[in-house]
Amino acid sequence: MMTLKVNGQDHTIDAEPDTPLLYVLRDDLQLNAAKFGCGLGQCGSCTVIVDGRAVLSCVTPLVLLEGKQVTTLEGLGSVSEPAPIQRAFTEEQAAQCGYCIAGMMMRAQALLQRNPKASDEQIRAELAPHLCRCGTHMRILRAVRRAATLMDTAELLPAEQGSAR
Amino acid sequence: MSAPVNLDRRQLLASGGALIVSFSLHGAFAEDQGAPATSAPPPPGSLKTSPYLDSWIRIDADGSITVFTGKAELGQGFKTAFQQVAAEELDVSFASLKVVTADTKLTANEGYTAGSHSMQDSGTAIQNAAAQARALLIAEAAKRFDLPVKRLKTENGAVIGPNGRRLSYGELVAGDLLHVQAAPTSKLKDPATFKIMGKSVPRVDIPAKVTGGAAYVQDMRPAGMVHARVVRPPSYGAELTECNTSVVEKMPGVVKVVRDGNFLAVVGAKEFQTVKAMKVLAAAAKWKETARLPKQDDLPSVLTSLPSQTSTIFERNDPTVTGQKAIEATYTRPYQSHGSIGPSCAVAELVDGAMTVWTHTQGVYPDRQAIAEMLHMAPENVRCIHVEGSGCYGHNGADDAAADAALIARALPDTPVRVQWMREQEHSWEPFGPAMMTRLKASLGGDGKIADWNFEVWSNTHSMRPGGAGCLLAAQGMEQAFAVPPAKPLPLPEGGGDRNAIPIYTFPNAHVVHHFIPDMPLRISAMRSLGAYHNVFSIESFMDELATLSGADPVEFRLRHLDDPRGREVIEKAAQAFGWRKGQKAPQDRGYGFAFARYKNLAAYCAIASEVEVNRETGRPRLVRAVAAVDSGQVVSPDGLINQIEGAIMQSMSWTLYESVTFDETRITSIDWQTYPILRFDAVPDSIEVHIINRPGKPFLGSGETGQGPAAASIANAIANATGKRLRDLPLTRKRIKDAIDA
Repeated sequence: MMTLKVNGQDHTIDAEPDTPLLYVLRDDLQLNAAKFGCGLGQCGSCTVIVDGRAVLSCVTPLVLLEGKQVTTLEGLGSVSEPAPIQRAFTEEQAAQCGYCIAGMMMRAQALLQRNPKASDEQIRAELAPHLCRCGTHMRILRAVRRAATLMDTAELLPAEQGSAR
Repeated sequence: MSAPVNLDRRQLLASGGALIVSFSLHGAFAEDQGAPATSAPPPPGSLKTSPYLDSWIRIDADGSITVFTGKAELGQGFKTAFQQVAAEELDVSFASLKVVTADTKLTANEGYTAGSHSMQDSGTAIQNAAAQARALLIAEAAKRFDLPVKRLKTENGAVIGPNGRRLSYGELVAGDLLHVQAAPTSKLKDPATFKIMGKSVPRVDIPAKVTGGAAYVQDMRPAGMVHARVVRPPSYGAELTECNTSVVEKMPGVVKVVRDGNFLAVVGAKEFQTVKAMKVLAAAAKWKETARLPKQDDLPSVLTSLPSQTSTIFERNDPTVTGQKAIEATYTRPYQSHGSIGPSCAVAELVDGAMTVWTHTQGVYPDRQAIAEMLHMAPENVRCIHVEGSGCYGHNGADDAAADAALIARALPDTPVRVQWMREQEHSWEPFGPAMMTRLKASLGGDGKIADWNFEVWSNTHSMRPGGAGCLLAAQGMEQAFAVPPAKPLPLPEGGGDRNAIPIYTFPNAHVVHHFIPDMPLRISAMRSLGAYHNVFSIESFMDELATLSGADPVEFRLRHLDDPRGREVIEKAAQAFGWRKGQKAPQDRGYGFAFARYKNLAAYCAIASEVEVNRETGRPRLVRAVAAVDSGQVVSPDGLINQIEGAIMQSMSWTLYESVTFDETRITSIDWQTYPILRFDAVPDSIEVHIINRPGKPFLGSGETGQGPAAASIANAIANATGKRLRDLPLTRKRIKDAIDA
């Protein structure tokens, strides 16, 4: 048993300590956004934010997360109250199948929290661990740039604290 | 000059000996007589096979409207497009109706969601069914108002008469109003009056996908659900000789080990416990393997040495035109992977003798048939419901995962079973896009035009979709195993290995031969655009080689041979938007390339101009920018179409520059993203522009696959332009480019 803070809430988790965070999020907490893509840290679709940094949840065991703050895409906003990054991806229609998108959004969110004025080169370099098979890359880049603009004009997001609402 | 003849493979097989003569006669008959007269033409699109209007449109007494499609949303966005089409023709708001996709209990049987057919089959059916439903509602209102139809109009889900008289659709639909067969023709709206079609309506599936909503079969969690993982054999044909399951059965959370012949799976209460149990089970399993894979590095001799069925699929002769300068070239394509980012997944549950399977298959009805056969159940006791998965781009592991889930669920009645494949399982067991080889020979006449064109293609079939239980991995592995059915070539005019093998250009002499290879050393099936990817790559690369030989500009050289006015317009649009100029010279270490095709010679037109940069030290290529023009008939969602073409260019670029399945004598060795690298963000272009040529009122032309071939050839031509070296073996890797530069 351990306590895991996800999207601002404490959860008591009954899972073996070597369980990757991804399985805890999906199986124990029934969160959908972080996706299983490879289980090897090669594709980025499982990315979430831990203490402000983008982390590959499929290769991060539960035991390393004691006392840390985990944020998933669910914690940023909702359909009715979308966070800037969610608005940006919707406005750019930056998805086809969308399976990779949640991971992309979380890494972009972490980047923009750290560096709201990230350049195009920095965005591309940051997204290097992420694969998209539908070929939506151009839209994803546009969406991240749009998110930066939206964040600039929005109130400061308490996403670090796990919830934007 | 004899008439050009398109040969249908089924006619070809049926007609036996005197092939060419009988085809010439058939062709002449078809050209001279037109289609044989029938009593009444069939209704358009999939209304042909499912003619009742209420198979497509249901209006309830409360006015709620549901649209049914037998096609599956795979991320192409046509669930939204169908909703636009139905709302437009019914004269209701976009938001007022909902769309139900492929489900064997609810929707029409539209076969597979494949071949860029969704808009033309299902979209056309929905458009016409909606228009006819609206006409019936007006007629019913006319009866009730006792007024002529022409004094009535529709608006926002109601029929409006003079003096404010109004009857809602819900009030009008009593009884079996829509349970009527479609008429052959419909009174469709004038495109000039469209309010919803032709607009870029935001996709209905995106909000859930960007907020962590339940959007995929992977996200299903029905009450009482258990997790399962399959232990696949290490190689094709491997036999399970020994497996002590006792250790695994004692592991925490393990519910059951399921074994049936070579099929082996473990079921657990929690997902990661199940993954761990799978690993222990895999270690306990002993397999007898057979070394039976061909040589990966010599595909041309592998393909040409396998037995093949040879047929001439196109022949045109004009003995008065002969060529002077001739060239020939051979192009190859390796086995390539669909590479879905999410491994295949399915949920199945057996309750009271009825099996329900939630699956991201592209064909719920064929999959139901195959699963029923595997389980020796009546098809009506199996229901397949499509739920989105990760993008598939053809026949990936979806159907196999559905069969896995069903087979395991049979062993655990009343329990929903969720199976998800592991990454290495998807990479090594999905059916690949087949390897292909083409040999081209052509000569130029004194007028600088192609006088004589010869094209031969060697290929497997491009569909081993179910097709029966024997197409499913689980069924192949069972103790009472189902044999893989014999491969069949896909008939022209759409074709499989010969898709787009017949040139769209007009040549006085042309000869196109298809060598169909029935044996499949690697597991293969349908991958986006089938043979068109390689055939268009070959034709459009060779057109550039011939343009160089004739000293002509590549764009002008294509137009010189193309009669089709819509094709010409697409080429001219792409060239103009790119800034293509005759005699242009790219900056140092950069090259310009151009390519064009009409998918299947009957779907959407697409031309692509590209600029590629090549690092001469490393050989590394990068697509700098691409400009595409596309004509897919009447456009429903411009942004949806642009998204498809952008995606096609990026994906085809990845196939073309990086991708080949690798294997040794026994095993597939490209089993993850390290061993099967694909496009990453460091190689993403600066820009991609897509220009649409809309054709209001014209039929929908499938567009989801039209970019694959032109993108490949456009990039190959740009690399040749940048380096002065022609590469003919896909993929055009950094090493191959470097070797060519150094040669």
